[in-house]
This record gives sequence, C-alpha cells and structure tokens, in this order.
Amino acid sequence: MTESATAHAAHAEAHHELGFVRKYLFSTDHKMIGRQFLFLGLFMLIIGGLLAMMMRWELAWPETNIPLMGWVPEPYMYGGILPPQTYNAFFTMHATIMIFFVVMPIMVGGFGNFLIPLMIGAGDMAFPKLNMLSFWVGLVSGIVMLSSFFVPGGPAAGGWTSYAPLSAQASFTGVEWGQHLWIISLIILGISSLMGSINYITTVVNMRAPGMTYFRMPLTIWSLFITAILLLLALPVLTAALAMLLFDRMFGTSFFLPAGGGEPLLWQHLFWFFGHPEVYVLVLPAMGVTSDILSTLSRKPIFGYHAMAFSMIAIAFLSWVVWGHHMFVSGMNPLLGTAFMMSTMVIAIPSAIKTFNWLGTLWGGSIRFTAPMLFALGFVSNFVIGGLSGIFMAATPVDIFIHDTYYIVAHFHYVVAGIIFALFAAVYYWFPKMFGKKMSEPLGKIHFILTYIFFNLTFFPMHILGVGGHMRRIYNPTQYEFLQPLQGINHFITISAFILGVSQLFFLYNFIASLAKKRDAERNPWHANSLEWSAESPPPHGNYETTPVVYRGAYEYSSPEVAEDWLPQNRQVSGGVARAH
Amino acid sequence: MNSAVPAAPDAFEVRAHQFEDVEQQHHASWLGMWVFLATEVMFFGGMFAAYAFYRVGFPNAFAAASNRLDVTLGAINTAVLISSSFTMALAVHGGETGRNKAAIRYLLLTMLLGAVFLGVKFYEYHEKFVEHLVPGPAFRFEGPHAHPAEIFFSLYFAMTGLHALHMIIGIGLLTWMALKARRKRFSPIYYTPIELTGLYWHFVDLIWIFLFPLLYLVGRHL
Repeated sequence: MTESATAHAAHAEAHHELGFVRKYLFSTDHKMIGRQFLFLGLFMLIIGGLLAMMMRWELAWPETNIPLMGWVPEPYMYGGILPPQTYNAFFTMHATIMIFFVVMPIMVGGFGNFLIPLMIGAGDMAFPKLNMLSFWVGLVSGIVMLSSFFVPGGPAAGGWTSYAPLSAQASFTGVEWGQHLWIISLIILGISSLMGSINYITTVVNMRAPGMTYFRMPLTIWSLFITAILLLLALPVLTAALAMLLFDRMFGTSFFLPAGGGEPLLWQHLFWFFGHPEVYVLVLPAMGVTSDILSTLSRKPIFGYHAMAFSMIAIAFLSWVVWGHHMFVSGMNPLLGTAFMMSTMVIAIPSAIKTFNWLGTLWGGSIRFTAPMLFALGFVSNFVIGGLSGIFMAATPVDIFIHDTYYIVAHFHYVVAGIIFALFAAVYYWFPKMFGKKMSEPLGKIHFILTYIFFNLTFFPMHILGVGGHMRRIYNPTQYEFLQPLQGINHFITISAFILGVSQLFFLYNFIASLAKKRDAERNPWHANSLEWSAESPPPHGNYETTPVVYRGAYEYSSPEVAEDWLPQNRQVSGGVARAH
Repeated sequence: MNSAVPAAPDAFEVRAHQFEDVEQQHHASWLGMWVFLATEVMFFGGMFAAYAFYRVGFPNAFAAASNRLDVTLGAINTAVLISSSFTMALAVHGGETGRNKAAIRYLLLTMLLGAVFLGVKFYEYHEKFVEHLVPGPAFRFEGPHAHPAEIFFSLYFAMTGLHALHMIIGIGLLTWMALKARRKRFSPIYYTPIELTGLYWHFVDLIWIFLFPLLYLVGRHL
C-alpha cells in the first residue's frame, strides 16, 4: 500500500507534464474537453453552412449549375445541378448538423464543459473520465453522420424530423443506409449527451465552492444546469423512438408503418415530446451567457436575478406540455389542440420576463460596445422577433395557414439560428480565458455588423414568402405559378445569405490568427465578477491554487462598497461574511 | 473478516483529485447513478408510451396476443429476478461491511440467477420463433387481429430485448465487482461501486416487474 501511495504522489507531481496524447487528445481536463467540443462544433458549422448555401442557390436559380460544385459525381449532382433527391438530403443534413453537431456541441458541450467547474469554483467535473468519453462518443457520432454522405443512396432525406412512414421504409425516400446511419448516429449522440448531462448535474449539485449557494450561481450555470436536466429527460425518449424506427427499417416490425397496423402519429408524438424540450436545450444556454455578458458589459447588476432563474425553470417545465403545437395540422382533437395552444402561449410569459429583465439590465448602464456585447444585443433582438412570430404559430387557426411555409422557416431561424449570436458572443467573451489570448476587437465589430445586417436580410423576408404561400422544403419554387411573383424575394434572400456566409470569414480569420498569437490576456480583461476570471488565463490543470470562497452573487457591478466598478464573488470586503456551504 | 479501517494510503487512493473528500465523492457518484436511472426511466418510458398508445387502440388484439405468451415461464422468471435482487442486496451488504468473500459469493449467485433468467428468456424467444410469432414477413397469427397482434409482438421483442440487453450489461458489471472483491477492494470506507451496481440491478429488476403484467397477464381473464 505504501508503495502505491508513493507512486501516486509521484504521479500527482508529474500531473502538469502529461504527454501529447493525454493532454490534447484523451484529456480528462474539462477545459480541454470544452475546447475539443468547440472545435468540433465550428468544423461542423462550416459544413452545415455550405449545405445551406447550396440550397439557397437552388431556390433562387433552380436547376442551374452551382458554381464550384461540378466535381460532385452523378447521381448526387449533375455537373453542379442539384437534383431533388440531393436537395432533400441537404435540408435534412443541414438541420441535423446545425442542431445536433453545432449548437449542442458548442453551447452545451463546449461552454458547458469549460465554464461549469470554473464558474462554481471546482477543480474539475465530478466524473472526468466520463466527460472524456462523452466527447469521443460524440465525435464517433459525428463521423457516422458525415460518413452517410458517402454511402450509396446518399444521406438521410426525410427531413430532420424524419417523420414516419417516410423515414420508416427505404423505398419511400430511396435512402437505405443514409437513414440507418442517421438513426445510429443520433442514438450514439444521445449516449454522449447523457454522459455530459449526468456530469453537469452532479457537478453543479455537488462540487460548488464554499459559499457558492444555488442563488449565487451565475445565470450561465443556471441555464446549463436546467439544460442538462432537459437533455437528460428528453433525449432518452428520442432514443426509444429511434430504436423503434430502426427496428421498423431493419427487422420488419411495424411500430410506425400503417401497412402493418402501425401509427405514424406515434412517431410525431414521441419525436416532439423530445423535440420541444430540445428547442430549449438549444436556447437556454444562449440566454444564460447573454445574461452574464449583458450585465458585465453594462456594468450593472442583472435586473431581477431570481426572476431570471425562475423564468428559466418555468420555461423548462412548460416545454414538456407544449409538444402538440408542432402537430396542429397532423390531425388532433380540437379540445386537445386548444390545450396545447394555451400552454404554448403561456411560454411567452417567462420569455417576456427574460427579455424585459435584459432591457432593465441595460437601462442606464455604462454600456461597453465590445464585440461580445454587440453579439449579445443581437441575440436579444433576434430572440424578440423569433419569439413574437412564435406566438402567431401557437394560435391554431393561424398555424393551419402558415404551417410548413417559409414563415415557420423564418421563425425557427430567428430563434435557433439566432443562437449563433449568443454563441459568437460567448466565443469573443471567453476566448481570453479559454486560450489566454485576445481576439481582435475591430475584426469582431466588422463581423458583428455584417452578420447582423445580412442575417436579418436573409431571414426576415422569409416571413413574407411564407405568408405568400411559399412551402417549406420545396425544390423548385418557379414550378408554381402563384410563387412566381415572389421569386425576386428568393433572389434577394440568396444574395444576402451568400454575403452572410462570406462575412463569417472575418470570424474564421480572427479566431485562427488569435490562436496563433502569443499569450497576451490578463486574468480579468472584462473586469467581470464571476469566479473563472480570478483564475489564470488559461487556467492550469485543477483550475485554482486554493479552493475559492464565495461571498456574494456574480452581479455586484458598480457596488458602493468598493472603489472599482466590479466586486468579484470571491473578494472579501471588510464586514462581508461568507455563508456556510 | 477484515474490519480494521484502512489507514491513510488507502483513503488517498480512493479519492479522485477533483473531490475535496471521500464523502463528497461518494455523494457525487450516488447522485450520478440516480440521474442515470432517471434517463433509463425516460428511455423505457418512451417504449411504455408506445405500448399504452397501441393497448388503448387495440385492447382485444393485445389480450389475444398476450395469451400466446407462456405465463408459467414468465412467472418463473419473475421469481428468479426478484431472488436475484435479494442476493444482490446481500452482496452490497457484504461490500459495505468489508466482507469481500461474502460479497463474491452473493455476486456469483446473482450472476447465476441472471443467467437463468436470460436462458429462460432465450428459450421463450426460440419458442416464438418456431411459432411464427416474430414480427416480419414470417409472422402468422390466426383470427381478425393479425396486424395489431404483430405490433404486440414487436413491443414484446423490443421491450424484453432491451431489458435483456440491460441484464447482460448488468452481468458484466457484476463480473467487474466480483474481480474487485477478489482483490479485497471493498471496505467500510470504499464500497460505492458495488452499491451503485446494486442500484442498477434493482432498477433492471423493477423494469421487469412492469413488463411481466403488461405483457403476460393483460389477457388472462379472457
């Protein structure tokens, strides 16, 4: 025993000199895992974005050659012309990649991993090995998903919702292995997210530093904690549905196939029981980081901290009882439809609480218009537009008219693609802590201005298209006489989307060039209060030399108690008392 | 019996670096396992929702199809699984009190009962295969309820199959625990792994307690 203790002590000393593989690949350090998720997500963002560009080309100039795409072999493309089958595969994969492999890995996997232990004052996650496994299983899932581009028949083409029976029989979409791999990939991703969620919940409940009570946690942590609970309870339901879908496709069962007595509506119920909480899995972390950034960079306490935390809990709770609003046109008892309509509209209340509290936070603040602040403001304004158009959809009579039109495409891009603003805000804000280097402010501002303008020019006109009757997921709008007058809008959207895509090169350059720089970031460049800013940039293995003691919440800006306009959570002021853990 | 509380070296060894003390580590592991079991409830919950959906839609077909299952074998398996939960509890007690030999004995007994359960289960699967009750092109079911009966059997195979998969994983965990016990790893200050394995095993047992009446007994009064 003594022998092994000595070996252990020696091992502990050698902790800081891990080999390349242990440090950068199979790392159990939550910060490295967070960075890995960030890189995975950004890589997938490029793929998902390029798919969108090709779809936009098709919608503006149907069945013409997409520039630079002539090399894709038949039958996937014909000299750069996108056939309908490939178009279906592209919108399926665009949504799948953006939701499951961009927003989730970056916001939940990346910032969740990086920030949770740092912001609660812990040395690491509760289960570091499980955490490492979560990333590698997630990567396998991503590889399986991407590999479906290279199997005969191409990738899944039944939409990201994969409604049965379209998805339940290969002959319906002509895709055999692509859909199998889609299902298998998402089952694997479910396991990865599960391991992450177990870690997040356990860590937040168990590993908080002394004095870090629940209601002293930054709202980012609150949002990630609630997100983990949602993921934990929602994803297994999707996994169960995916398993049944796979059985239908591979073993001849008929869970969702009417020919064998099955019921396709069951798939919709199970899918949206997962799908609606999933929307909040995507948006809650964005709300959390936005709250922190708005408060820090307007040098004011967050307005209504408790209301912010409770409204997130309310959103999470309500997300379980609204899934039917995705199915108003699928056939439903009108009484049940009314119930879903009411519960959906109730979500506007906590959402409005959040929005008004953000405005209250900004009110009278000394706002620092830095890149993260601009992006956080962009997120809020897009969320307002997306949230308001959501109320239209919640009303059954309106929904029946605009369901499956571009109105709904506009709505969910304002909400879900709008998350990209919070995502960029978080990258600009925490980049110094993640890598010890600062990103260029001027490039960040140019990136913001272009992204904000062309995001709105891309997605806002889609509302008009939708009300004009432009169906979602159609391949060639010019085939419909009533859509021909709207084709000019399609041209406009496509050109805006291309400029939006090209604008991201400012970010890509800024990100890579900043990574290549020498370390230049101080510990607390934004003069923020939360604990992570008291650690080194980037924090070493184990994060803190001594466990920090927390004396207050994270939002004591412009406090009269101290001369500076910030008061870190772990600074003791004479007279201040640390509350017991 | 090794009742002496091990000295500092052992305590150092069982605590991972990210925890303040062994108690925090124990609490974290315990919470993590319960959280994991919550996901399992939701996973099987999806299946049970599908079951409820079709059962409400086709009550008579479900009763007729359920009568084709062998209730005696199902009952035997229920008894076997409940007994295995008892031996599992004894194994956990052995681990908690540091009696590693007793832990091994009860772990092996639990594994044996688990294997008996799986053996009976696979015998039943074989029977259904012979009787053309496996969903797919070969499925045969006389009477007016052929389609919903096929769905019943789809649910039967999916739910009991996933349950059996959990049992196989459980036996793997028990093997791991037995190897730990053989190295005399369990003591009053370190027994979390065997305790959590026990939780998992009881959970899998509990799923069967729901599956047995829903699948085997639903049509018995007809």
